[in-house]
Amino acid sequence: MRRIRAFGSFWWDFVVGDDWRAAAGVVLGIGITAAIAAADIAAWWFLPLAVAVVLWLSLRREALRTSR
Amino acid sequence: MTAVFLFASAFIASAVEMVEALTIVLASGITRGWRSSLAGLGAATVALAAIVGALGPALTLIPISALRLFVGGLLLAFGLQWLRKAILRASGFKPLHDEDAIFARELADARAAGRKERMGLDWYGFTLSFKGVLLEGLEVAFIVITFGSTQGNVGLAALAAGVALTVVATIGVLVRAPLSRVPENTMKFAVGVMLTTFGIFWATEGAGGSWPGEDAALPVVLAFVIALSFGAVALLRRRRPSLVAA
Repeated sequence: MRRIRAFGSFWWDFVVGDDWRAAAGVVLGIGITAAIAAADIAAWWFLPLAVAVVLWLSLRREALRTSR
Repeated sequence: MTAVFLFASAFIASAVEMVEALTIVLASGITRGWRSSLAGLGAATVALAAIVGALGPALTLIPISALRLFVGGLLLAFGLQWLRKAILRASGFKPLHDEDAIFARELADARAAGRKERMGLDWYGFTLSFKGVLLEGLEVAFIVITFGSTQGNVGLAALAAGVALTVVATIGVLVRAPLSRVPENTMKFAVGVMLTTFGIFWATEGAGGSWPGEDAALPVVLAFVIALSFGAVALLRRRRPSLVAA
């Protein structure tokens, strides 16, 4: 059990890292892109915008935490 | 164009990880003996080659749109981690990666550890080298497999990693010291930008979107991510005094 937990924790750290909100933002961004594309509307612009917002929020959170 | 991006991204990402692995192998070799350290390096290299050899062809069996969605999402989550750390380092919110300091720390830990022999090898030296190379190498394997399979060219990505390995190993043998003069922080920034760019590009295609100009949009996405990153560094540098005072 401990090994399974360690294995899971390794992959979580590897892919998600220390900000799960950023990873969740990425998943949400891809989901909304898929929804826009499914509605036959040009969807290419959405993910870059979503990444900009997710990245800035993550940076801001870390900057505030570091400065405390 | 995408082949050039593919090669450059896999090469830079591999080189930066291999510089870190070299530091660990050197620390292990100097303090615990070269035999155990090189045995660890060899065992980890075989394990990594097996991972790439098994997963690379397996991923090519997945339909390309599903593969791009999955790989794009993974790369984006993974790339944002790199980019976030690189931006925080560049703006002074996180200490710069210092290969000399890491080397000194690894040396001290390896000297302090007790000696235990297994299969004629110093076990600490073997596992230190094995773990270091395997963990740093997993990131390389991940990039080689994801980039290569999505572009249908695992061979080119693996070649880039092989060239990076040869370059870093040759310099390491000649210098016999951590490669602290390699601009690692800049390289990590570049890798974060490239991973994020490919992540945005492929995840959008995998989600059903199509880029104006198709592959020609890739340099535009790259320019956008570079501008975004430098903009974030500039903004954070400006905010730093007020954040510290708050």
